[in-house]
Amino acid sequence: MSEQEQINEVLATDYQAGFVTDIESDTFPPGLSEETVRKISRMKDEPEFLLEWRLKAYHHWLTLETPEWAHVNYPEIDYQAISYYSAPKKKTDGPKSLDEVDPELLRTYEKLGVPLDERARLAGVAVDAVFDSVSVANTFQDKLAEDGIIFMPFSKAVHAHPELIKKYLGSVVSYKDNFYAALNSALFSDGSFVYIPKGTRCPMELSTYFRINAANTGQFERTLIIADDDAYVSYLEGCTAPMRDENQLHAAVVELVAHDRAEIKYSTVQNWYPGDENGVGGIFNFVTKRAACRGVSSKVSWTQVETGSAITWKYPSIILQGDNSTGEFYSVAVTNNMQQADTGTKMIHLGKNTSSTIISKGIAAGRSQNSYRGLVRVGPNAENARNYTECDSLLMGDQCGAHTFPYIEVKNPTAQIEHEASTSKISEDQLFYCKQRGLDADDAVSMIVNGFCKEVMRQLPMEFAVEAQNLLSLSLEGSVG
Amino acid sequence: MKMLEIKNLHASVGDKEILRGINLTINAGEVHAIMGPNGAGKSTLSNVLAGRDGYTITQGEVLYKGENLLELAAEERAQRGVFLAFQYPVEIPGVSNIYLLKAALNAVRKYQGLDELDAIDFLSLVRSKLDLVKMDEQFLHRGVNEGFSGGEKKRNEILQMALLEPSLAILDETDSGLDIDALKTVSEGVNGLRSADRSIVMITHYQRLLDYIEPDFVHVLSDGKIVKTGDKELAKELEKTGYSWVQQGQAE
Ligand SMILES: Nc1ncnc2c1ncn2[C@@H]1O[C@H](COP(=O)(O)OP(=O)(O)OP(=O)(O)O)[C@@H](O)[C@H]1O
Ligand SMILES: [Mg+2]
Repeated sequence: MSEQEQINEVLATDYQAGFVTDIESDTFPPGLSEETVRKISRMKDEPEFLLEWRLKAYHHWLTLETPEWAHVNYPEIDYQAISYYSAPKKKTDGPKSLDEVDPELLRTYEKLGVPLDERARLAGVAVDAVFDSVSVANTFQDKLAEDGIIFMPFSKAVHAHPELIKKYLGSVVSYKDNFYAALNSALFSDGSFVYIPKGTRCPMELSTYFRINAANTGQFERTLIIADDDAYVSYLEGCTAPMRDENQLHAAVVELVAHDRAEIKYSTVQNWYPGDENGVGGIFNFVTKRAACRGVSSKVSWTQVETGSAITWKYPSIILQGDNSTGEFYSVAVTNNMQQADTGTKMIHLGKNTSSTIISKGIAAGRSQNSYRGLVRVGPNAENARNYTECDSLLMGDQCGAHTFPYIEVKNPTAQIEHEASTSKISEDQLFYCKQRGLDADDAVSMIVNGFCKEVMRQLPMEFAVEAQNLLSLSLEGSVG
Repeated sequence: MKMLEIKNLHASVGDKEILRGINLTINAGEVHAIMGPNGAGKSTLSNVLAGRDGYTITQGEVLYKGENLLELAAEERAQRGVFLAFQYPVEIPGVSNIYLLKAALNAVRKYQGLDELDAIDFLSLVRSKLDLVKMDEQFLHRGVNEGFSGGEKKRNEILQMALLEPSLAILDETDSGLDIDALKTVSEGVNGLRSADRSIVMITHYQRLLDYIEPDFVHVLSDGKIVKTGDKELAKELEKTGYSWVQQGQAE
C-alpha cells in the first residue's frame, strides 16, 4: 500500500457519537414565521421584554441576506423546511434532580462519555446537558450557589435572574450583528447561563454538553457568561449529533463579559457529525462567539478543538476594551473527507496596553478545505497594543486545501503586530521514520499531528485534553498507512 | 546463525534499476562495512531492507533470521529488530524526543510480549543510554531532531539504537558530519553494542571510522552490485587508490 493509500485508510473511520436516542419528543412542525418565535417564547413562559427582543431580531433577520464571503460551499438552506423546536416529552415541569431525568437520556450522555451521575461528581466538573432545544440535566447547581455562582439553563435564568439577562443579553453580540446571530436571537431555545460574583474563583470546571438528537431540527443555543470584578471561571462545551443523511443547522451565539481583572477561559471540543466520506449529511455549524474584556486587566481566552461538522463558520472574537486587557485564541481545526471549515478570530484592540495572541493550527485531509480567517484591529486610542499571530497548516495528501486570510487594520502607530504563517505536509520521510521505529501508521499520524497541535492542546483543562487528543486521532484514523 | 541473507536482489524506482543483483550473507555477531561511490545504491539497499515504500523488487529474496523479510511491513521489521540509523534523520516538530523513544520501545516490547515500562523504569533506562552516547538530558525534551545540529542528530540515532537493542543495525553514514570527539563517542557507543547476537552493517565513505569500529568484512558497492569483498585492509587500499580500479575491474 502506498503512503497515500495508507493515509486514506487511516482517515476512513466511523463517527463514534452517531447513534440516535429513541425518545418521545414534542417537536414543532417545520416552518418559520413570527408565530414560531412567539410559540417558542410562550413554551418557555418568557417575560415580555424577551419576546419583544426576539421579535425585533426576527424582523431584522428578514431584511438580511445569507453571508457569502466565507470559503465554503453548500446548497441554499430552506428555512421553511426546518423545525425550530424539539424537546423530549416530560411529565413534570423539568427535572429537579437527577432521579427525575429520563434514564434514556442519562444513558445517552453516559455513552457519549459525559456521565451525569456520581462519577461526574468525582471528576469535579459541573455539567449542563442540553438535548435538542432544552436543558435536561444540570449538576452541582446547589453547591455552586453556596459561593453565589449561578450556573443554570438559560431558560431558567430568564425567570430566576431577569435583571442580569436584561442587562447583558445582546450586549456583546447584538441581534443586528449578522445573519445567523439575528436568526439565533429570534429563535434560541436554551443554553447555559453563568454568573461569577465579584472576587470569586469558580472552584470547578463548568461545562455544557450539547446534543442534537431529533432529525430535521435546528439547534439555536445561547450561552452567556459573566465574570464580575476579580472573578475567574473555566468553562467547556462539547457537542455531538447522530449520523443522518440530511444536513442540520446549528447556529449558536455565545457572549462573554469579563469585568475588572476577571478571567474567563472558554474551551470547546466540537465534534458535531461531519457527514460521510462523500459529504452526505453533517451539521452546518454557523456560530457567533464573542467576548468583551470590559474591565481593566481582564482576560479572555478561547481554546477550540474543531473536528466535526460538515461546515464550520466560526470566529470566536475578543473586544479588548479595558486597559491592559488580554485576549487569546488557540485553535485546532481538523477537516477530513469533504468537510469545510472557515474559522479564526477577531481581536479588536480599543484600550491601552492591550495584548492578544492567536495560535491557529489547521489540519486538512481527504478532500477537505480548511481556512483560517483572522482580523486584528487596533483602534486610534489603543496605545501600545500588541498582537502575535501564528497560523500553521498541515496537509495530509494532495486533494485537500489549506488557506489563510489574515486582515490587519492599525490606526495607532504604537502598535506592534507580528504575524507568522507556515504550511507543511506530513512527509513520507516522517512517516517512514516513525514506522522504522516500530510505530504503525495510525500511531505515527496521531503522534505527528499531536506534536503539530501541542501549543493549543496544552491550553485545554486536563480533564479534556486526553479526550481531545483521542478525538484528533480518531478523526484522522485511516488517513495514512 | 545467519542473521541476514540477501540473494540476487534487484530493486528499481520506476523504470530505473538501482540494485542490480546484490548477494550478501551476514552472520550473527558480525560487523560489515559497505563502502562505495556516491549514487552506488547504498542508501537504497538500506531503505529496501528497512521496508520503505517506493521501490519495486524485481528479483531475488532477503531472509532475516530465516524469515522472508520483504513481505513484512516496515513497522513489523522494526519490531522484529531491524534498525536503520538514517543518513538524514527526520525532524518531527512538537513531538518530544522522549515520547518517540517511549513509543518505539513499547512497540518493540509489545511484539516481544513484554509489558510497557513504567515511567520511572523507562527514565532510568533512557538515562543510562544517554550516558553511553554522552548526550545531555535536555535533548529528551526537545522536539525529535528539531533544530539538532548534524552531529546531534547522528548521536540521537545511536541513542535510539542503544535503547531498542536491535538484532540487525544498519548505520547509514552515521560518521559523516561528526567532529573527531563525537566520532569517538559514537564509535564507543556502537562498540559497546557489539555482541554475539547482534549484527551491524556500517555504510561509510571513510576508512577512519573503521579504525574505531573494526569490521569483520568490507564490501564495495558500485553501480548496484557488490564488486569486491575483503577485510579491513581493503578499506585502507580504497583510501589510497579510490574506486576507479574496482569500477574498471567491473567493466572487464
Ligand atoms: N526515489 C528515487 N528516484 C529516482 N532515483 C533514485 C531514487 N532513489 C535513489 N535514486 C537513485 O539511485 C541511485 C542510488 O542512490 P543511493 O541514495 O542509494 O546512493 P548512495 O550509494 O547511498 O549514495 P551516497 O553515497 O551519495 O549516499 C542514485 O543515482 C539516486 O539518484
Ligand atoms: Mg546514501
